[in-house]
Amino acid sequence: MDGVSFTVPRGQLTALAGPNGSGKSSIVRALLRRADIVGGAVKVDERDVTTFSYAELARLVAVVPQREEAAFPTRVREYVALGRYPHLGLWRAPAEDDARAVDQALAQAGVDDLAERNTDELSGGEWQRVRIARALAQTTPALVLDEPTTFLDVAHEMAIFELLSSLANSGLAVLLVSHQLNLVARFANTIVLLDEGKVASSGSPADVMKAEKLEAIYRWPVVVTRDPAVGAPALVPLRRPLNLFDQSTPTSSTRDKP
Amino acid sequence: MAIARGAVSVPIADVFNALRGRGDPTFIAIVRDLRLPRVILGALVGAGLGASGAALQGALRNPLAEPYLLGVSGGAAVGAVIAFALGATGEGVITVAAFAGGISAVFVALAVSRVGGRGARGDMRTLLIAGVIVGAFANAAIMVALARAEPNTLRGALWWMMGSAADATWERVMWLAASNLVAGGALVYWAREIDVLSLGEDTAASLGVDSERSGRRVFLLAALLAAATVSAAGLIGFIGLVVPHIARRLGLRAHRPLIVAAALVGATLVVAADLAARTVAPPTELPLGAITALLGVPFFLVQLRRTA
Repeated sequence: MDGVSFTVPRGQLTALAGPNGSGKSSIVRALLRRADIVGGAVKVDERDVTTFSYAELARLVAVVPQREEAAFPTRVREYVALGRYPHLGLWRAPAEDDARAVDQALAQAGVDDLAERNTDELSGGEWQRVRIARALAQTTPALVLDEPTTFLDVAHEMAIFELLSSLANSGLAVLLVSHQLNLVARFANTIVLLDEGKVASSGSPADVMKAEKLEAIYRWPVVVTRDPAVGAPALVPLRRPLNLFDQSTPTSSTRDKP
Repeated sequence: MAIARGAVSVPIADVFNALRGRGDPTFIAIVRDLRLPRVILGALVGAGLGASGAALQGALRNPLAEPYLLGVSGGAAVGAVIAFALGATGEGVITVAAFAGGISAVFVALAVSRVGGRGARGDMRTLLIAGVIVGAFANAAIMVALARAEPNTLRGALWWMMGSAADATWERVMWLAASNLVAGGALVYWAREIDVLSLGEDTAASLGVDSERSGRRVFLLAALLAAATVSAAGLIGFIGLVVPHIARRLGLRAHRPLIVAAALVGATLVVAADLAARTVAPPTELPLGAITALLGVPFFLVQLRRTA
């Protein structure tokens, strides 16, 4: 990372985007203290994360990592209930508000009908939503999700984005790492666009979604238009067919459409 | 029942009398001095290995993990073989040597794993590989030592390595009971952390568990349990591997009940295996480790069927 600096304020949905390998997941790992920070700091409420105990931090920030495989199958409800661990610790028995937090998390993530199923019986999308439920059960003021909608169909993906948006509106600080630029442009308050460890652009979706910038970063011809539904900036990648037998490459058109 | 059967059969009614110090003095001697400590030792060995295996499988997120993977068995065997080779077979010496060997192996494994650096491809995997390295080295050392040993030493060392609860003295029982209580108790205390560890290192970090520190703690406690059992009864294979699966089949998931159940199942299994070792071909005794190794065959067959 090189000079990356941004804030994730409460009450807003902040998105971290950028090509593969630009450093988005590294930032999440640095927050989890699973990557060594050589320069700069990750701070939560102005305090450096390394000054928190692991348990304290877990009560402030819940993270849904990009990948997770359960080694042993458990019931979905028990798995989500582990989200209460930062509050319960080694010995406290779960109380009514813990059970309520679990129920609410299951409902918010749309997996309450899966509560009694085993985690090894879930589809990729169901497992992804169950993992989000675990983070929600932590009832933290901040939420960080790394590519949470990869396996979700349009309905479930929209549902998660709506959920994140309403959580942000209710006062949480939400940081979303996502490839889905178009959905991010519709829902996020701020987009931070990374490229090779640096901040290439950051600001509101309208400011960040500019064709020349996106083309330079993603190295693919694109057009940025406005979607017909709500008028949010929408990225449309152009074709660049492989010419296996011809040396010449087609040119691309790069214009912002109003 | 385990106390009753053996090379000399003691009727069940007499067992209770003998325990209370009444009846035939031969029976009293057999029950109190031979059978009772032996059965209790077997139970403690099974409990320690079962609990150790359950904790490790959870922390390492691997259903094939077992207590001896950490280099403990190799190190303990090296300690014991060296003691045999030096002719230091006095009461308790082998036990101490084996325990020292086992614990040293664990620390060497921890040091070797640090070579990989922090976060090197998953701390748990690094620990596993380090344990394998130490185990391999220990096996080589044992082979060299045995190749140059006197026939008596060879026999004694091999018999020890095959595992047996036969040399059960009350001192050994006390020793194993104490280490089981301390290390096993600590594992039960931290059991919920193992629940979180079993989710993976990133998720564990999100839930407030430092997987490196917590993992090492489980590693050390499990190794302590394993080293203590090996020092008391030699190498008893497969218990630590199979028992957690049996406990999980009983429907237990959370590690606090799972570790306790694994201890109980392990105790039962080893007592039964020791009974078989004594009674299958009387008056000769089969090594306990041989009986438990036979457990491995059906276990792996079942696993194979499950994955197919």
